[in-house]
Amino acid sequence: MSYVLLHAPALLIAIPLFAAFLTPIIDRFSKRARNIFVLAVLIIEEILMIIFAWDVFTNGIHIYTMGAPNPTSTVPLQSAVPVRIVLEVDGMSAFMGLISTTVSLAAGFYSIAFVRKETGQGRYYTLLLLMLVGMLGMEFTGDMFNLFVFFEILSIASAALVAYRSYYGDAVEGAFKYLIISSIAGPMVLFAVALLYGEYGVLNIAALAKAMNSTTLDMIALVLLISAFAMKCGAVPMHFWVPDSYTVAPASITAMLVVASQASLYALFRICFTLYGNTPYVATSGAILILFGLLSMFIGVTMAIPQKDIKRLMSYHAISQTGYMLLGVGAGLCLLGNPDFSTYGMAAMEGGIFHIFNHALYKGLLFLTAGAIFYKTKTRNLNEIRGLAHSMKFTTIFFLIGAFSIAGLPPFNGFASKLLIYESVYHVNPILSIIAMLVSILTLASFMKVFHSAFMGPAMKDVEKGEVPKSMLFGMIVLTAGIILFSVAPGWVVNHIVHPAAQSLANQSAYIQAVMGD
Amino acid sequence: MLRTPGGYWDPVIWLLAFVVAILIVYIIRAFGRSDYKGGEQTKPFLSGMEVPNEDALHVKAGNIYWGFMRALEGYYDVLRRGHTGIINDYVAWFVGISAILFVVFLILGVI
Repeated sequence: MSYVLLHAPALLIAIPLFAAFLTPIIDRFSKRARNIFVLAVLIIEEILMIIFAWDVFTNGIHIYTMGAPNPTSTVPLQSAVPVRIVLEVDGMSAFMGLISTTVSLAAGFYSIAFVRKETGQGRYYTLLLLMLVGMLGMEFTGDMFNLFVFFEILSIASAALVAYRSYYGDAVEGAFKYLIISSIAGPMVLFAVALLYGEYGVLNIAALAKAMNSTTLDMIALVLLISAFAMKCGAVPMHFWVPDSYTVAPASITAMLVVASQASLYALFRICFTLYGNTPYVATSGAILILFGLLSMFIGVTMAIPQKDIKRLMSYHAISQTGYMLLGVGAGLCLLGNPDFSTYGMAAMEGGIFHIFNHALYKGLLFLTAGAIFYKTKTRNLNEIRGLAHSMKFTTIFFLIGAFSIAGLPPFNGFASKLLIYESVYHVNPILSIIAMLVSILTLASFMKVFHSAFMGPAMKDVEKGEVPKSMLFGMIVLTAGIILFSVAPGWVVNHIVHPAAQSLANQSAYIQAVMGD
Repeated sequence: MLRTPGGYWDPVIWLLAFVVAILIVYIIRAFGRSDYKGGEQTKPFLSGMEVPNEDALHVKAGNIYWGFMRALEGYYDVLRRGHTGIINDYVAWFVGISAILFVVFLILGVI
């Protein structure tokens, strides 16, 4: 087991990467074998990630140096700085890795039936696995250049999957917009990396953080990195691509896109806390994250209310919920180094980080239920749907669990993370809490509209009775089980999973020391 | 149990309280007449007009929160004008926000 744990950071990226290129070969021989192979890979990833994350939460940061005789040795004998590709997995990285593998597993099961009638399934699963590679790579990498590389892998795979059902014109348009946005954000990240490399001669995040001098060039790089990752995580007012792309992607891919956006959110937090955590820009960065958070929460939810397309409505809610994460973690960043950090700052960060996992679970689930509705009715237009609760009882229950959770109703997990955010950001400014609570009320109102329109009323006459196929239900069950677990034991989750993640994000010196050794 | 800066949250206690509330509701319901099966009084009343059929009674998504959006018409007009759906505008917002962030960091970056 210790051998597996030692190589786990590389294995978690390498397994889906090799599997992605094996998938089209297996696809040529047997569709069934391909499905079993992809699901087996996703299950192995999930199990390995749980074991590895538990080890990280218990024993601290894991370092993996690619190509080194000893993977834990980061600095070569002839060099003073780490020059190889270094993967650095701390509590926050492991936390994000857990989210990525869990949602990928649910999306994998869901896809089996959801895309059964589509062509090009071999390519679909190849790209799905590459999305997982991109997400895990972004979350595990310890250097800026590979952050860019995995960011690109994720963006290209995501854009191709948004356009998967290319016979819908809007799918191609959504993918085109996603691709343009990604191809603007990518070079901005690369330009920032080039500035930092030109100035310090290293690419390793820990080495850069240690050498950071807070020059004007560093500030320009910070601005480019914040704006690029904020746009890719869907922060208002750079969110416009989100509803256009999320709406038209297959439902399983939309659930994956939520986690892909969260990988960019992770990168944003990593830049602000770890790379620039010891610079004078911390308070300003925190204030900017809070402002992005407020705008995202309020504009996201108010734009959701008038929507008639169920997935577009949910996409605006995804923007709104990202606002909570930005608000919580931004408040923590503002209080970093302040005496109040240990109480309110840490609680705000825990709330924001806990909300990332909760959001991945309930928003993933809600998108899967929207996909189930589309699967049965062949429309996303809420004006044309009604009475689905008569025939889709499980989907109705899953939808209600997701809706109550996203609205922050007790006893669901969304309430637990929002409670931490409400209480802690109140000490930064009471207005922040009031807006956050108002947004929750509007979220509930919006989802009650969906519930009433789609599930209540007389049954639709021209829709085949009965539930969606079992594999789609199983995908939803995976995420529902996560919601119930997190709802029943929020204290355990925060103490054992969220707190180590928040603590590792806030502890810049431990991150630097793990690589630089001093 | 989840400890928060101001107190704690225990979903088990909440669930127990919920079960007790459901029991109380059930007991109150048990006081009702078990032989009552409904009739004229349980039908919808629309000021004496004929009640439309079941299909027409369902309120569609486009009509829900109509008043809310009407009351905030000015706000929604501004939002709709921003959401053009044109990719050039999306990129313009990105460039504009990057420029604003640069100015903000230049002025406030070292507070």
